[in-house]
Amino acid sequence: MVALAKPEVTDPHDREKGLPVIDDALVSTALDAALRTGGEFAEVFVEDRRSSSGRLDDGRIEELGSGRSRGAGIRVVSGDTTGFAHTADLSEAGLLAAATAAAAAARGGGGGVRTVDLDRTATSPQPVTTRPEDVAKTTKVELLRRADEAARSAGDAIRQVSASYGDSRRRFLVANSDGLLTGDDQTRTLFVVGVVASGDTGMQTGRRSVGHTMGFELFDRYHVEDLAREAAAQAITKLSARPAPSGALPVVIGPGGGGVLFHEACGHGLEADHIQKDVSVFAGRVGELVASPLVTIVDDGAMPNEWGTFTVDDEGTPAQRNVLIQDGVLTDFMWDRLRARKEGRPLSGNGRRQSYQHLPMVRMTNTYLTNGETDPADILADTPSGVYVTHLGGGQVNTATGDFVFGMTEAYLIEDGRITEPLREGNLIGNGPKVLEAIDAVGNDFAMGPPGSCGKDGQSVPVGDGVPTLRVTELTVGGTAA
Amino acid sequence: MSELLDIADRVVALARPGEEVEVVVGRSTSTEVRVYEGAVEEFSSATSAGIGVRVVAGHRQGFAHAGSLDDDVLAETLAEARDNATFATEDEWLGLAEPDGVPVPDLDLYREGLAEVPAEAKIDLAMALERAVRAADPRISGIDAADFADGISEGAVVTTTGIRSVSRDANCYLSVSCLASDGDDTQTGFGFSVGRTLEELDVDAAAGDAAMRATRLLGATKPASGRVTVVLDPYVTAQFLGIIGSTLSGEAVLKGRSLFADRLGEEVAASSITLIDDPTNPLAYTASETDGEGLASRRNVLIEGGRLEKFVHNAYTARRSGTTSTGNAVRGFASTPGAGCRALSLVPGTATQEELLTQVGEGVLVSSVSGLHSGVNPVSGDFSTGAQGLRITGGELGAPLREFTIASTLQRMLAEVAAVGGDLEWLPMRAAGLSLVVHDVTLSGS
Repeated sequence: MVALAKPEVTDPHDREKGLPVIDDALVSTALDAALRTGGEFAEVFVEDRRSSSGRLDDGRIEELGSGRSRGAGIRVVSGDTTGFAHTADLSEAGLLAAATAAAAAARGGGGGVRTVDLDRTATSPQPVTTRPEDVAKTTKVELLRRADEAARSAGDAIRQVSASYGDSRRRFLVANSDGLLTGDDQTRTLFVVGVVASGDTGMQTGRRSVGHTMGFELFDRYHVEDLAREAAAQAITKLSARPAPSGALPVVIGPGGGGVLFHEACGHGLEADHIQKDVSVFAGRVGELVASPLVTIVDDGAMPNEWGTFTVDDEGTPAQRNVLIQDGVLTDFMWDRLRARKEGRPLSGNGRRQSYQHLPMVRMTNTYLTNGETDPADILADTPSGVYVTHLGGGQVNTATGDFVFGMTEAYLIEDGRITEPLREGNLIGNGPKVLEAIDAVGNDFAMGPPGSCGKDGQSVPVGDGVPTLRVTELTVGGTAA
Repeated sequence: MSELLDIADRVVALARPGEEVEVVVGRSTSTEVRVYEGAVEEFSSATSAGIGVRVVAGHRQGFAHAGSLDDDVLAETLAEARDNATFATEDEWLGLAEPDGVPVPDLDLYREGLAEVPAEAKIDLAMALERAVRAADPRISGIDAADFADGISEGAVVTTTGIRSVSRDANCYLSVSCLASDGDDTQTGFGFSVGRTLEELDVDAAAGDAAMRATRLLGATKPASGRVTVVLDPYVTAQFLGIIGSTLSGEAVLKGRSLFADRLGEEVAASSITLIDDPTNPLAYTASETDGEGLASRRNVLIEGGRLEKFVHNAYTARRSGTTSTGNAVRGFASTPGAGCRALSLVPGTATQEELLTQVGEGVLVSSVSGLHSGVNPVSGDFSTGAQGLRITGGELGAPLREFTIASTLQRMLAEVAAVGGDLEWLPMRAAGLSLVVHDVTLSGS
């Protein structure tokens, strides 16, 4: 099972300059040691991550947090076996111990001595205008207070407000036995507002989050007051919501907020690790029509400043734009080094890991449905009855069966082609291949959605998604109303 | 362990007058083995360590953490936490835990031998698991992951307020996920076994569960919508209890985010429901001698005979609520303590699942749920989740069902519990499971 959740600001802190301090010669030595038991491939990944966070809740600045982690992960591939070890000790002794442990785990037949010549490839990280570590803590605290005030001024129904700020700077260096030596310097900034409103029908929640691969200039692009007011309005609107319907209905998904649909409906099923183990409903279907001809799906780690963006992936492969489904036809899967190596095919820049403590695997970056040609107003007007979803929460998929669910956090009833009453929360459920075929309208109002945190096999990585308005002829809505 | 205490003592000794300092130090070693088609696919071994420092000065709190125990990092982390505190809002209730006289239980959670087990023995177990799943049923068509994992973790908490505690435990588990196929139809299943030594792991039970879960869903169809009685499988009940537990956090109550905030002493569930949080039960996967603030773990009765008796607290939420900590500070070294349930279970009834099915007659057995994190709102109580399972007809299991949702509210589900099974099962999570019969749930299908 793989799941998408909304990111929380949890992992505190950051502030120094410079890439992880480590000598090229030391990296070479570690690679040589890693290859000593006969592995065909070895890799050293050195990471330095600093983060800072602030949280306001219940009217108080509860806490500012700072965090730091630094270490190296070493993997050795021998035949079908991968050995992996990680260490927080970046001395020669520490790296050699990790290299030896990884090599022992992936003992190959040969053994002997191999020397790796590293060829450094320079990269340009995503531009950062204002480094978050150069911004005074008081300025960050002020953002939280402003959000609290704006949300509370939305009305007496507002009972509780929380706001969190987070920034992180993740610098890494990756070197492997093919001679690659490169790295990246990734800065991400996130802001989240959560509101609880209370009325005759009980309590309801509203939430807004923004996050980009950029620095403190995030707040030139968004005003925290706007986010707070939107979160408050969402909670208040839901106070008058009626129970969501139950059963199979047409569902219109609004721009931006519905990207998680494709993340779950097909994204995970197009990851090459699931394909190679034949645990995806899309295995063996390249070249086939797997979706409505209106559907073109792209995964693009190079989109400027998006939440799932980077310069090189965690195996040192440059980010690129990959078309997964073109006009309904399955064109390609997403690949990491291990799975691409098995097939002898080019890399796609989808090898990612949560930290130096984790092995890389195939992951999405920014996954989206491209624009169609229909006016979104016409899509709604052409829907006699159904559900209009403006914000989806997290989701989950079983790639082997294609069955997936995702939560609607803001939804409305459609009656006679018009949006009428707000609906209480519920899950939507569908089957990936069936839903892709059942998309019968795609709007021309593409937008990226809020930042996501994608969990797979215990690892979490930042991802983006986006959609224009679209309609699915039938999805099962899991409400309580008849 | 004494080394961790030494480190924590050294940092606490740097506290300035008028300052409360808490230092949490953790260290763990772990192994993970994954086999695939008779060969080792991944073998990972790792040691990691870290420190979290909380400073409370002038009723303000700051925090910092680092994934290293190097001397320069320790000093820098304290300095950073101290600086962070100056930006927080004054809060008269802030402060660290203080010794409360409750003795720390001796739960015997550590196993010296686990660290010495050779890699081959771990690999052999994972290999045996993969073979056992394949042998369990001819319709098993693939095993995408057969894993062994173990971990030894130790921690120390030291404060200027007199807390000085250590804890240590060992865990290992097997887990497997498999596919079953019949014609064009494919279904998946999972199984696991947990223990503190390799001898406690049950390969056949894990394999049997995975094969049974996958094969019994073959041929599943989408059911028609309607209102039904459901029997929740133990694994599903445990997930449900986890959500109920989150609404009983003293933190959620204080901040107006619990639907049970004003209901202490009231009937909130059917009278068959007695909900206990007990991390001192060594059978619990999450058993631990102390909580995240170094206080003794203890048994707390949260709901008794359907009546809401207690919320769970850490030192801060307790002080602000005018009560004492229930030993429910939950955290890792990288975060400040929250207040949460640690090892939940319902007091079991006596009926087996078969007997419950007979009593129910007509309904649906929910064997797994998906999307709980997105479909349940613990503030409003709205509950809607994707599900799979089997039809219950004439008191027996019938046709398999897939691609449907079950929906209700948490309040209503608790009130509609008609029977609690006797099949208590500890799972690798913060809650134990058992079969639970719930009336009047909305099923959405075709």
